[in-house]
Amino acid sequence: MIRLRNVTRDRNQLVYLILIVGVLLFPVLAGFVSPGDSGNYLLGQAADAGVYVLLAIGLNVVVGFAGLLDLGYAAFFAIGAYTYALLASGQLNSSPLHHAIHLPFWILLFVAVIVAATAGVILGAPTLRLRGDYLAIVTLGFGEIVPKLFLNLSQWTSGVNGVSALDYPSLPIWIEGPWVGSSLSIVRGFSFAFNSMAYYWLMAILVLIVVILVSNLQRSRLGRAWGAVREDELAADAMGINTVTTKLLAFSIGAATSGFAGVFYGSKLSLVSPENFSFVVSVTILVMVVLGGMGNIPGVIVGALAIYYVLFNVLTNLPANAKGIANAVGLGFLNRPAAGGWPGLEQEVQRLNFLIFGLILISIMLLRPQGLLPSRVRKEELEKGVAE
Amino acid sequence: MALLELEGIETYYGRVRALNGISLSVDTGEVVALIGSNGAGKTTTLRTISGLQHPARGSISFAGQVITGVSAARRVGLGIGQSPEGRRLFGRMSVLDNLVLGSYTRRDRAGIQRDMDRVFELFPRLKERSGQISGTLSGGEQQMLAIGRALMSQPKILMLDEPSLGLAPILQETIFSIIAEINGQGTPILLVEQNALKALEVADRAYVLETGTIVKEGTGEELLHSEDVAKAYLGM
Repeated sequence: MIRLRNVTRDRNQLVYLILIVGVLLFPVLAGFVSPGDSGNYLLGQAADAGVYVLLAIGLNVVVGFAGLLDLGYAAFFAIGAYTYALLASGQLNSSPLHHAIHLPFWILLFVAVIVAATAGVILGAPTLRLRGDYLAIVTLGFGEIVPKLFLNLSQWTSGVNGVSALDYPSLPIWIEGPWVGSSLSIVRGFSFAFNSMAYYWLMAILVLIVVILVSNLQRSRLGRAWGAVREDELAADAMGINTVTTKLLAFSIGAATSGFAGVFYGSKLSLVSPENFSFVVSVTILVMVVLGGMGNIPGVIVGALAIYYVLFNVLTNLPANAKGIANAVGLGFLNRPAAGGWPGLEQEVQRLNFLIFGLILISIMLLRPQGLLPSRVRKEELEKGVAE
Repeated sequence: MALLELEGIETYYGRVRALNGISLSVDTGEVVALIGSNGAGKTTTLRTISGLQHPARGSISFAGQVITGVSAARRVGLGIGQSPEGRRLFGRMSVLDNLVLGSYTRRDRAGIQRDMDRVFELFPRLKERSGQISGTLSGGEQQMLAIGRALMSQPKILMLDEPSLGLAPILQETIFSIIAEINGQGTPILLVEQNALKALEVADRAYVLETGTIVKEGTGEELLHSEDVAKAYLGM
């Protein structure tokens, strides 16, 4: 058994090593793969993937560590993003406040974290006495209410149009170099606007900070308490663990992480609108956590990257790729619309996109029910059937 | 004044009254047994003392302090340790992790290590299996772990709910001799048992419960030789 634990730990260290090397090499590789824009598009995608990595790590605290099923996690993401949107744009000028607020990105990172964590406590305090399915339903409701709130408070948030023209983060000094296709130089008053490289490194640093913080939490006394609550709440009570506080902390720390992600997301897209935080987002993040390996941080990171890649790269390019392949192997007739309602292969694949996504999810769950990189506890449960 | 004292405790499950004015006490150094048939209220009494169930009436005092309104979690810190009904181990965690969680309320590392050694001395089996997932232990080992885990909170009183349940007779012997040993090291014990004969043998004093009321009390010896107890609970 001790051997098993070490295997898990060694594997995690290996995964971290691969991830770090990958993050360092990615800008270079992206530049090679698409020299036209010196990898800008790919770097931007990677930074967006990082948003999901942050979200998955945060949800993992709630679902994986403390065992609380949260189906409305996107709500906290929305709260973080809207915090940034309102406090770093001209938006409030056209609100009843009649005064725009432009706080710096770096301060708003912390403000949004506090706002999201507070929202977590406000939602958690009355609901965390519920268990399992009941908690899931309440969080589901919360996940629906929050975007609706932003939608309908239109005098503050411009409703369905969303808040646009958000401020870009800036730095007093930034060093440019060959890696962004320019010569080595120091840029003063540097703005992140449209600079994917800058966002990429910012995201890498944010993820690093969050991983370090959350890993430490996992190993802390609080982390043990989360484990105990997840396993058996009554027994946790009998060990002297204040279960309500313990669960509240999981909720608010999870929420805080997504507040982080929300600020980054808003600042990069420069646009925040209610439809970006639908139920599908909550479910996608949950899928990342479960598929990656609930409770295991490197697993969850890999899960988030894998699902992001499938969703926003494989699936979005699939119709065009299918068309290309059909042409290449001499099945070009498939690409022409035909009698019987056949719209052509590209259209058809487009229609089937989510079916294909579903099939991919089902196959992963069939092949690796414990997740890609499971935590020791999950593994134990599935292999030996040890439950309560 | 006794270490633990219950005064006129009434506990309800919804509208059903489970305890009907229980008064009992446990003193330093004692082993006190609660015996009675199924549904008599033995486990409810323990749950009320540990704070998992709140009494509608009556008061509980522990070490000279009224704790009726104190939360379950804080009572552990005050020194009420328990091995709850059905053991309730953290089944997917290792033996060691279970013991570490037992010491959750404490922060004195040296003391925790000392108690860990003490638990391993009491239960050498647990030491051999410290890395094993607790759900895969045998029933007897799980019971040992439940007791060991309770000891890790450095309890001033140890409450055990059915420690012999589901164990082979030889293992029951072991468990009861360990209970005596723990008591010998100075920890008072409140013991709930179906196996009345064994419980009365090891207990200094005992209470007999029937439908939420204490119907008889006395020393273990007295009750062991009392005719109606023998008839009702000892199968003689």
